[in-house]
Amino acid sequence: MNKFAYVDCKTVDETLAQLGPDATIKAGGIDLLDLMKDGIVAPPKLVNIRNVSSLRGITAAPDGLRIGPLSTLTEISVHPEVQLRYAALSDAAGHAATPQVRNMATLGGNIMQRPRCWYFRSTDFDCKKKGGTSQDCHAHEGENQYHAVINNGTCAMVHPSSTAVPLLAMNAEVELTSKRGKRTVPMSGFYVPPEKSLINETVVQPGEIITSIFVPAPEPGTRSAYQKYGEKESFDWPLADAGVVLVMAGQHCRQARVVLGVAAPTPMRATAAEAVLTGKTIDEATARAAAKAAMQEATPLSQNGYKTQLFQTAIYRTVLLAAGQMQRDPSAIG
Amino acid sequence: MPLEIITQEQEQGAQPGAKKVPNAAKPEPQAVHQDVAAPPVASKDSGPPKRSESFVFGIPQNGLTSKQREVPVDEPPPLARNADLRYIGKPTARYDGPAKAMGKGKYTADVQLPGMLYARMVDASVPHGRIVSIDTAAAEKLPGVRAVYVVQHTYGLAELRDPKQETPSRYPLIRYAGQPIAGIAAVSPQIADDAAKLIKVQYDPMPFVVDRTEARAADAPAVFPGPADAAGSAGGGGGPKGVPQVGNVHGPQRKQTGDPAAGFAAADVVVESEYFTQVQTHSALETHGFVVDWKPDEVTVYASTQGTSSVRNDMADVFKLPKSQVRVITEFMGGGFGAKFGIGNEGAVAANLSRMTNAPVKLMLDRRQEHIVSNRPDSHQKLKIGAKRDGTLTAIELTSYGTAGVGTGAGTAGPATNLYTCPNLLTEEYDVFTNAGPGAAFRAPGHPQGCFAFEQAIDELAVKLAMDPIALRDKIDENQARRVERQLIVERTNWRNRRPAGSDAGPIKRGMGVAQSVWYRFVSMNSSCEVRVSRDGSVELMSAVQDLGTGTKTMLAIVVAEEFGIPPGQVVIRIGDTRFPVGPDSGGSVTAGSITPAVRNAAYQAKQQLFAAVAPQLGTTPDNLHLAEGRVLFKNDPSRSYTLKQITGKLPTDEISARATRGPEYAKEKLTYGGVDYVELAVDTETGRVHVEKVFGAHDCGRPINPTGVISQINGGILQGISYALFEQRIMDRKTGYMLNANLDNYKILGAREVPEIEIELVENYIAQSSTDAAGIGESAGIITLAAAIGNAFFNATGVRMRSIPMTPANVLAALGKVPGQPGQEVQA
Repeated sequence: MNKFAYVDCKTVDETLAQLGPDATIKAGGIDLLDLMKDGIVAPPKLVNIRNVSSLRGITAAPDGLRIGPLSTLTEISVHPEVQLRYAALSDAAGHAATPQVRNMATLGGNIMQRPRCWYFRSTDFDCKKKGGTSQDCHAHEGENQYHAVINNGTCAMVHPSSTAVPLLAMNAEVELTSKRGKRTVPMSGFYVPPEKSLINETVVQPGEIITSIFVPAPEPGTRSAYQKYGEKESFDWPLADAGVVLVMAGQHCRQARVVLGVAAPTPMRATAAEAVLTGKTIDEATARAAAKAAMQEATPLSQNGYKTQLFQTAIYRTVLLAAGQMQRDPSAIG
Repeated sequence: MPLEIITQEQEQGAQPGAKKVPNAAKPEPQAVHQDVAAPPVASKDSGPPKRSESFVFGIPQNGLTSKQREVPVDEPPPLARNADLRYIGKPTARYDGPAKAMGKGKYTADVQLPGMLYARMVDASVPHGRIVSIDTAAAEKLPGVRAVYVVQHTYGLAELRDPKQETPSRYPLIRYAGQPIAGIAAVSPQIADDAAKLIKVQYDPMPFVVDRTEARAADAPAVFPGPADAAGSAGGGGGPKGVPQVGNVHGPQRKQTGDPAAGFAAADVVVESEYFTQVQTHSALETHGFVVDWKPDEVTVYASTQGTSSVRNDMADVFKLPKSQVRVITEFMGGGFGAKFGIGNEGAVAANLSRMTNAPVKLMLDRRQEHIVSNRPDSHQKLKIGAKRDGTLTAIELTSYGTAGVGTGAGTAGPATNLYTCPNLLTEEYDVFTNAGPGAAFRAPGHPQGCFAFEQAIDELAVKLAMDPIALRDKIDENQARRVERQLIVERTNWRNRRPAGSDAGPIKRGMGVAQSVWYRFVSMNSSCEVRVSRDGSVELMSAVQDLGTGTKTMLAIVVAEEFGIPPGQVVIRIGDTRFPVGPDSGGSVTAGSITPAVRNAAYQAKQQLFAAVAPQLGTTPDNLHLAEGRVLFKNDPSRSYTLKQITGKLPTDEISARATRGPEYAKEKLTYGGVDYVELAVDTETGRVHVEKVFGAHDCGRPINPTGVISQINGGILQGISYALFEQRIMDRKTGYMLNANLDNYKILGAREVPEIEIELVENYIAQSSTDAAGIGESAGIITLAAAIGNAFFNATGVRMRSIPMTPANVLAALGKVPGQPGQEVQA
């Protein structure tokens, strides 16, 4: 790990004053410290925001849920209002990583994680994402069993954030604050796919800090769920996952939003699946048809064809879980 | 073909890791090696005087009998069966459990010495190449750096039979990414890390290959320019020497009994199948490491080792030191699984740095290095089994290829050779060199791979014969303990409700299966101890033997406790220090069977000394006294008794002591141990997840001394076996030769959610071979059988045979035909 300066801030203004080209924000420190220990990043200055109390807290209001970015995954997963009305978010926060990690990891940090790709996360490899000179994505011709199956032509990384999946499915917005003021970015525009930028995964600019995450109140009849699947259930990175929000009238689905986390380099809406579900009675056949439709655009690499089957399972079972027609899957992680 | 009893060779090779135990996977019949340090050898004609004793013999479930043996006169009377003993055979909590749970146990990584320096190993960043230059100047100049040592010789790799085939070089040739190059000692770990980045190595890269299949090709890059052989370690491993080698393909080691062709001609049914297993890394929680304190009069080595003796011997050999000037200490040990014998490269580097700096030096490998330093080789096995209609085996043929990287020892023939009666057998085992870290002994070397293939092939045979898999094994397995173990499974599990393969209609399919293991009775004669009794009544045991987490300390306390009639907690156990009498290296399940007889004999002799010293003062003779329930009793007068303390208070000196060494086995019999494991599981055919729901294991290891410890080891073996079957695999990048998952998040190991319900039944098997009849359980503890038992249960669940592990979603969905473009395995009903 590199040597670095460490600044402890108590307020957002103090934090903004400390931010500069050499500064990196540290909240829970879960992903950042891994990256530093592995030599992937070497920030000269860490700005600790863990003690900025105004960035904590979960507020449930009629118009929606305001979550301070320093709220831990544990706090989100056990919040009664989140469990009741934003079940997919509670699922995602409560089944991430391990209990120890969930007690430290923050929501802001969770959505700001760097990608999972062993070529990216090893100093043994230079890849374009790290500013390297390699022209090819190592995963394309290399070991790609864990990599993206959709939109993987430029870079086959996956983004591991569980919570980003329901946040996208729930049309959440991220409030960013800088010295210039505040701006709000919808989750649908928060991540930057590799074809637009190989270096940045999000629209967050240097000097900006996430100050709030807003989840609009669900329409009446909304049900949601999130599940993810890996090679094992205890502490594993997802190979396939699905966040599903259904606006239901009885068994009839008025509106569906289906989001896949680790299918593509950034979380994505599975619009083909949503089209299959919308206007239909939700049952196993519909759910399976939606799952199949979602994988029509898949372009698997040499070793990850199995992920298209796994995604179909994740989608149909999570649709049925959201619709209240299936129990939480014992094959799911966490 | 069980092997003959062997003892460890006393003579050491000139290098660390010199072979001391024959390849455990494929033991060769051989004469008993005599240990030059052992007392005079017992035989009919010479040796110490003996008396005849009647020993309890056999398996309780089959009815115990007795066996007459000639035993040395200084040994105690035979032990009764466990049911009739006070402490031996009774579940006893781990002696050092509280210290471990409270963080008070000092592991090597915890050792802090005044003035200690922290070392960092620098390793190769190319998988194959010549080092042109190493520039250490910048590292040496960094403030806080005290020494840089450049490796002169790398241990653990195979070596060319003819070294002249390679041009001599100032530096060792690099044959795998991660090969140690240099060590740095600094005043802090951070400075050592920073300095490591300043070492500039210039390579002349050479073509490389890390994939076993690619390495077998005629035009594959050669890992060695000519034939090369590797030594095993005290834990086994290492392949045959002097076998043919073409390109990277080293072998075969060919073994034949009978006439296999005639056997297949006589068969009514023949099964032919192929199986594949992956490379598993040891992943011990405590990485390899040493603290070396080099002083002119004595070198003290704190080692995370399975063999304090192996470390001392290596130190003496490599640094030309008298053994009397090397002290090795292993108080607590965080796992080895076969990979921690001798000093290895990290011990040699730490010792050199300590000598250079005149300061203690700690060198612990990091997790990435730990994944690269050793592994269980992979395998590609082809099996052919012929049988008569009634199940009688007529012939077995096995061809196996496996890569132990730059080492050898990938043979898998142990189970096929030793489990069942078959008159005609042909095995051909090949090692395939690749530019990857060396294989090493790993819990039952060769057997988990071999069992995964062979025990599934036996089930394939059962399917073809339309026989119940347990009934088939009853027909072909002569081993009496396993017969009892199979019966336990039939009686205690759902086996009788087993359904035809693939009975469930939905996506979740349930099934059950069994597999069997065999392991061998190895005994090390380097097993000595001293028992001291003090005037205040305290009892102390000392031996250099180490406790690698298996519960050796507790087991030894129980043995002494039984002899003195005092609770095990009252016996002070001091082990893991070569200042004490020499102990066996813990590999191949030798520890319990080797050291406990010496401990019981020493305790008995100390007790006899005590009686002899105090009997005159008590107005009786020594043979009228005995110890039970912490009291000294008079055989001829039940009303008279004293506490142990009252008696020791009458000692003429402050202390008496007795030292004993393991004597030869009472009889030269070919003995094996084994177990049968039953698995119930659910296969989620839409996620490819295999959920092991229940394991019932029935195992034998002679006389269990501490059932709690034995069961704990079997639990661990079962979990490690599940982890091997379902999760663990080393993933190499074929384009660069780097290991991609040299960490503990992408090298997947079973976690709490993957732990099934486990039930263990121990089968006592009294063999009348030593004063304790104990035996180890480390190998035959589930690690061997679980992949095969899971494979057989998977077949019962789905009708599909898993031919490769780990059974990840990728492999399972492919086998089930659920992956586009991959045909899947044939479904059999």
